[in-house]
Amino acid sequence: MASLITCPHCGVRPKEEFAIRGDASLVRPAPTASDEAWHDYVYVRANPRGRTLEHWQHVGGCRRFLVVERDTFTHEVHSVTDGAAFARENGK
Amino acid sequence: MTAYRLTAGGLVDRSRALSFSFDGRPLRGFAGDTLASALIANDQLLAGRSFKYHRPRGIVSVGSSEPNALVTIGSGARSDPNTKATVAELYAGLTARSQNRWPSLGFDIGAVSDLLSPFIGAGFYYKTFMWPAQLWEKLYEPLIRRAGGLGRVVLERDPESYEKSWAHCDLLVVGGGPTGLTAALTAARAGLRVILADEDFRLGGSLLSETQAIDGAPAHVFADRVVAELQALPNVTLLPRTTVFGWYDDNVFGAVERVQKHVAEPLAKLPTERVWRVVARRALLATGAEERPLVFGGNDRPGVMMAGALRTYANRYGVAAGRSVAIFTNGSAGYQAARDLHAKGITIAAIVDGRVAAEDAAPEGTRVIRSASLIDTRGRRRVSGIVVERSGFEELVACDAVGMSGGWSPVIHLACQRGAKPVWSDTLSAFVAPDVGGGLRVAGSANGVYTLSGCLGDGAAKASAIASELGFKPTQDVMPETGEEADPSFTALWYAPGAKSKAFVDFQNDVHTKDLGLALREGFGHVEHAKRYTTSGMATDQGKLSNINAVGILAGMRGVSPADVGTTTFRPFYTPVSFGALAGTARDKHAAPTRKSPLHEWARKNGAAFVEAGPWYRSAWFPRAGEKTWRESVDREVLNVRANVGICDVSTLGKIELFGPDAAEFLNRIYCNALLKLPVGKARYGLMLREDGFVYDDGTVSRLAEEHFLVTTTTAMAGGVMSHMEYCSQVLWPELKVRFCSVSDQWAQIAIAGPKARSVLQQLIENDISDAGFPFLAAGTVTLKGGLKARLFRISFSGELAFELAVPAGFGIAVADQLMDVGRAVDICAYGVEALNVLRLEKGLPTHAEFDGRVTPDDAGLGRMVSPHKTDFVGKHLSSRYGLTAADRMQLVGLKPVDREKDIRAGAHLLREGMKPSTLNDQGWVSSACFSPVLGHHIAFAFLKSGRERYGERIVVWDKLRDQEAVAEVCDPVFVDPENARMKA
Repeated sequence: MASLITCPHCGVRPKEEFAIRGDASLVRPAPTASDEAWHDYVYVRANPRGRTLEHWQHVGGCRRFLVVERDTFTHEVHSVTDGAAFARENGK
Repeated sequence: MTAYRLTAGGLVDRSRALSFSFDGRPLRGFAGDTLASALIANDQLLAGRSFKYHRPRGIVSVGSSEPNALVTIGSGARSDPNTKATVAELYAGLTARSQNRWPSLGFDIGAVSDLLSPFIGAGFYYKTFMWPAQLWEKLYEPLIRRAGGLGRVVLERDPESYEKSWAHCDLLVVGGGPTGLTAALTAARAGLRVILADEDFRLGGSLLSETQAIDGAPAHVFADRVVAELQALPNVTLLPRTTVFGWYDDNVFGAVERVQKHVAEPLAKLPTERVWRVVARRALLATGAEERPLVFGGNDRPGVMMAGALRTYANRYGVAAGRSVAIFTNGSAGYQAARDLHAKGITIAAIVDGRVAAEDAAPEGTRVIRSASLIDTRGRRRVSGIVVERSGFEELVACDAVGMSGGWSPVIHLACQRGAKPVWSDTLSAFVAPDVGGGLRVAGSANGVYTLSGCLGDGAAKASAIASELGFKPTQDVMPETGEEADPSFTALWYAPGAKSKAFVDFQNDVHTKDLGLALREGFGHVEHAKRYTTSGMATDQGKLSNINAVGILAGMRGVSPADVGTTTFRPFYTPVSFGALAGTARDKHAAPTRKSPLHEWARKNGAAFVEAGPWYRSAWFPRAGEKTWRESVDREVLNVRANVGICDVSTLGKIELFGPDAAEFLNRIYCNALLKLPVGKARYGLMLREDGFVYDDGTVSRLAEEHFLVTTTTAMAGGVMSHMEYCSQVLWPELKVRFCSVSDQWAQIAIAGPKARSVLQQLIENDISDAGFPFLAAGTVTLKGGLKARLFRISFSGELAFELAVPAGFGIAVADQLMDVGRAVDICAYGVEALNVLRLEKGLPTHAEFDGRVTPDDAGLGRMVSPHKTDFVGKHLSSRYGLTAADRMQLVGLKPVDREKDIRAGAHLLREGMKPSTLNDQGWVSSACFSPVLGHHIAFAFLKSGRERYGERIVVWDKLRDQEAVAEVCDPVFVDPENARMKA
């Protein structure tokens, strides 16, 4: 686990200030989507070795949900972006 | 000063004598001594009794690898058991006690187990104490525990204070010897942020006991000069007395600094120990190498020590462990020790060399016995002679100490703590560090470079490379001049042949060569099996000295290379770390925050008994004079609320205030019920689902203005709901214009419930709160007499006519006091969460005891709340899936015991009458239960298969945990006022 996270709002902060929610690449299906789509969204998770996108909430800071792109193997953090900005970029 | 203190030399401060005691005996040492060096100076080599055979054991080593000299330092609550005398810094007033002996160190009754040793070999617990099994707990285990074991844990409260710190650096250097010092200096001069940690109280490592000159001056002078330069640099942090104990993900290192372990009276403003978490861009392991003991007959006799330790005691501490020392060696290091001791005027009785042709220089006039083996020792509490075997002839050589030198093992523990296995090197006859990438590198003796000049050079070179990698420009340093030196060499000797008595491999756990042979014969030859079967390497020293010999002996017995045997797994911690240090400040009230309601003091002065609810202290009930049990108080409070009026602190509920044009739409999406058309000035019950369709939380939603809402959450879920709402608003629907914040701490909230609630409350409020003026589910701002603005909600969690009044937190106590005052005339009472629970159960209202994460709205009887008209809300899709709508789901019902005297408890399971308890026959469970003072018997909520169709049925309430059973009647969960007449009065 990376020990320092650069919050786009608060700057470089220790990881203890953050709470990890999980996979940030998931897109919430439409309410009318299939049972399978909803099942996958709620229950199925990849467990990648390598780069992954995660939602980290800066609970001890600005309380924003951030998208942290990190490597589960090397623990390197590649990018940190605001979750709402990320969601808008991805079609919200 | 004493028999074994040399007249001159060493780095101890002879002008500062320190008094200390060992087993009650007053002794003296010098500043700069360890407890071990001071004990040796006082002819107290015997330091303890061994774990299993209670054999007398003496100091063996000079550092943290010490297996024998474990003592208890300090007294009372400040006792530290199992402290290594070899690393304990001497201070005035230190009191030390030996361990694992009775009645005294000199005469120990437990030593009889040594005579029984043929019967208590490896694995004897499992073999001897197998039958009868029931005796194990009562007889065998206590017996073994009393006989074995080391120091005793103190049960008194630990008076020490501890703390934790983070540190960040470009380079962490682990070890402050020649390699570490030059590495730190090179990196520091290049501008890197450097942290140098060393477990010793004085930086310098082997330089402090080195006789080789550096730049024409003694080596320790060179060390002091480097330390002084480092100390002056702002980018360097020096951490002496600090053991780096672990290497973790992302190049984070754990280290423990013994800030005040070396002082008699610790300062209150400083912690005793500090745990560092060091985030290092790069780290350099400069931990040196450990000298190997030799495994020979009688090698555990006090006075048998590491040759290098004898050398350090003489050179650094100015003490001689003996006056006539024999050396047993298989390499050049033994000769180096002999030369240094000889130069101090100590007689070298003989050098016994296991090798055939060795050309190392012995001190002049010293007898060297080559191609020989040491097969036994003589003496009791101190060695008095050795038995040397050569070409079949045995010879007794008198001596009072033995130095053994079996070669070198690089100290590579940290590099192997993250899964990589050490690699066997045939050239070095040792396990070396695996390549673990650029984050952690190994230099100096830890890297198999054993000469002084080699270490100085390797440290500087590795630090230069790291500096360049990180974009710093290393300065050209001039290497110090060290003169000529030979590369130390040795021939691995795992076991000296011909032993005439026990040859110990692991001193601390009393494992000798025969134990390893037994392990192999019984099928436990794998290194991990042999370790556990014989306990070799499992003691508090974790086999720092012994493991390599155990591997070598196993390899020899199996006829393979040590490479094929491999090592056991390296894990943190390198040396033991106290629980106190690991806990840091997180103990007692600091372990978790304590939250107190703004009405806490009001509750306290009204006599509340408090209950911990998560971080909160909530008033549970308010006992009055004459009430002997909590039930008496709770029953009174419940009956008084039903008959008159009561007030209850409900400030701990989560409160979140929302604003914005899309606030209504947002709430409509996070609650399953319809909220879009909630009128201004009204409150509504709200039910939140998780995306998987199960109930998440419930509360009330009040519309204070068109674009202004206030929602409440349950106490326990306040934080979670807030975060969930933030996720929904930021990630799922960032397009919705809504903002919200928690106002939980800003308001004190009081429930006023009972038929006389209105008459009491009206006396405090300017506004009209009659049923017409403030009807059921009204919500809004009111003005208290005197002008304070407050919020009033006509909601009821008891089934009675009830209000919840919220005032700014600081006014809470004053308002609660006033309510009690004006209510006295109508017998108002304070009631706690126990009565609250009884009231809600009587009224049939579910809460988190029911919403346990497996319950749907329909299960809880709230199915009609799920809006069928809304296009979307959290949990909509999956709440309609087959499994969540099946007819045989467990549904919330009420239970009444048929025999009204019987009690029902939460957690019990339900069975059809006459059915055996089994998972298959399980019909459900009891989620909440209480005694209803209104009905005069117990009532309960239960989840029962297809429960709502089964009202009137008799069911068995089976409570195996409390061994009780009752027959109950299934009924509607609303026990009181099903028509809601009281609530809407």
